[in-house]
Amino acid sequence: MPRREFLVHLLVLGVLALGPWWLSPYNLSLLGRFLAMSILALGLTVVWGWGGFLSLGQGVFFGLGGYALAMNLKLAGLAPGDLPDFMVWSGLDHLPWWWAPFRHPVVALAAVVLVPAAVAGLFAWLVFHRRVRGVYFALLTQAFALALATLLISQQAYTGGFNGLTDYGPLFGVHLTDASAQTTLYAVTLGALCACYGLATWLSRSHFGRLLVAIRDGENRVRCLGYDTVPYKVAAFALAGAFAGVAGALFAAQVGVISPAMVGVVPSIEMLIWVAVGGRESLAGAVLGCLLVNFGKDWVSSAMPSVWLFVMGGLFIVVVTVLPQGIGGLLARRSAPGPAADAAPMTPEPAGP
Amino acid sequence: MTELGLVASQLFNGISLGSILLLAALGLALSFGLMNVINMAHGELLMMGGYLAYLAYRMPVGPWRLPLALLLAAAGAALFGALLELTVVRRLYGRPLDTLLATWGVSLLMQQGARSLFGPVGVEVTAPDWLAGAIPLRSIGLPGVELPLVRLFIIAVAGVVLAGLALVLTRSRWGRLVRAVQEDRDMAEALGINSRRVDLVIFMIGTGVAGLAGAALALIAPVTPTVGQSYIVYAFLVVIVGGLGSLTGTAAAALAVGLLSAWLQVFTSVSLADVLLLVVVMAFIQVRPRGIVTRLSRALEEA
Repeated sequence: MPRREFLVHLLVLGVLALGPWWLSPYNLSLLGRFLAMSILALGLTVVWGWGGFLSLGQGVFFGLGGYALAMNLKLAGLAPGDLPDFMVWSGLDHLPWWWAPFRHPVVALAAVVLVPAAVAGLFAWLVFHRRVRGVYFALLTQAFALALATLLISQQAYTGGFNGLTDYGPLFGVHLTDASAQTTLYAVTLGALCACYGLATWLSRSHFGRLLVAIRDGENRVRCLGYDTVPYKVAAFALAGAFAGVAGALFAAQVGVISPAMVGVVPSIEMLIWVAVGGRESLAGAVLGCLLVNFGKDWVSSAMPSVWLFVMGGLFIVVVTVLPQGIGGLLARRSAPGPAADAAPMTPEPAGP
Repeated sequence: MTELGLVASQLFNGISLGSILLLAALGLALSFGLMNVINMAHGELLMMGGYLAYLAYRMPVGPWRLPLALLLAAAGAALFGALLELTVVRRLYGRPLDTLLATWGVSLLMQQGARSLFGPVGVEVTAPDWLAGAIPLRSIGLPGVELPLVRLFIIAVAGVVLAGLALVLTRSRWGRLVRAVQEDRDMAEALGINSRRVDLVIFMIGTGVAGLAGAALALIAPVTPTVGQSYIVYAFLVVIVGGLGSLTGTAAAALAVGLLSAWLQVFTSVSLADVLLLVVVMAFIQVRPRGIVTRLSRALEEA
């Protein structure tokens, strides 16, 4: 990383780290949850910006991470043998076996990362190893989001149904709604974001990252060079799934609820606009876009609720047709005119047979 | 209802659902096969067709209301499709994933537009009297099984549209141009075919079919701003299973998905049927990753 860029990153991190001192509690809680969501956005940069395959179902992995932690939080503070409230209301008399391991916070925290990563990896492998890709992959992820959201809503007794999981017990003995716990969560979120950002930056320079971009720009050429492209794509998607899971868990812990409203088709596609606005290839753009879009959404939809969908629809059209590199592309063009900043289409897929 | 009766009625439900999916998926499959473009606003064109039918129904035209509604819906949606192709889809040629996102933006605009114009609550389009009844199957030994006329009408509409498209594609001069462009765009252009115009016409036909489908579906379910969303994901699955833009494949896939879905709903709930449907589709692409009907090609780079 060039020296100047490094200093800018350090400066931004400093400003964010001092958030609890200069932001109102309301804005701090918003910033905290948006920073959590931007971890998911980093994953989208990896798969979409670098790998060139589009996921319309990132909410699935966000949800898996969120539910994994929330299940622990629902069980925390219950006497042995007691059931979470919604199970009692639905008439269950004992805990389902697959809920039981989540009683241990360490298991739940591991599941936050591992379950979404495993599900994402398996899903990607099932699709990619048969060389199904491009638009087909995107549509299958969309169907996945629909299927999981429908399943969560319908299995009221096991998942809390439409309302999701809310009203949490303590995590490691700490009540998450306390003011000090919220500040700690903010710090944890910022730390997780830094870690994921660092990991992704390191990956972008590694052999893996370069190969991912090569696959985007010409998968068959990479194959002709002797690489099996499937494991790279599967690993990228699993990583994005893990990022989304972490984001979902941090979101659930801060907001105090995780529900199918964050899982389905509409929220999943909405996640793409964060990355598209910021610039799909740039990690900084993903974070910036996520914060901008979500603060914008909060502002617009509280001032004029009916206008937000118009704004978002317009954003999708304008960003994709006029600004395919997003804000990051604009900045890059200004600071370094040259071939690297060329605003050529980034997903040069074959233009049909 | 007897065992046989249950089978018969689920069979009918499956065919009915299949015909609905076929109507919703045909337009998608056409433009996907030709232009490699997925139009995420396709469901909203269905919704638009529904609202246009609703408006047509409020005109004082007596017995001609239904044909007029279907015609108006198809024409309106086709015109909107032309606008969409010229302003958005054409600009993103060769970037199918970006087209997908841009048309998603269009779909959001259309949903919110419909909400502002007609309100969030659904509007009803009542079927005319001659479609109100049902045919009982008691006389052929299936007591308790009834085939509603509206659903039979929709099956008929799907059949007519499918046959009409097949006829146009295989017998007309335009159909020949479409097939030429689909087979080899560069070669077709070299022979003087304006492939962009072919794209535009096919996109208009596709969206027109969506409008027609929306008007027909308005007869069985209220039209809401989000009605398109409820059909569209299944329509996408039909396109995936059917294969790249072949009418036969799309028709077979629509029927298969419809029958499977109806059959699954007997054994499980509607929501579990959704999940199992995805599982079956994922299993299917393990066997036939390119769909039921595949197009042979020597090209290495295909979608």
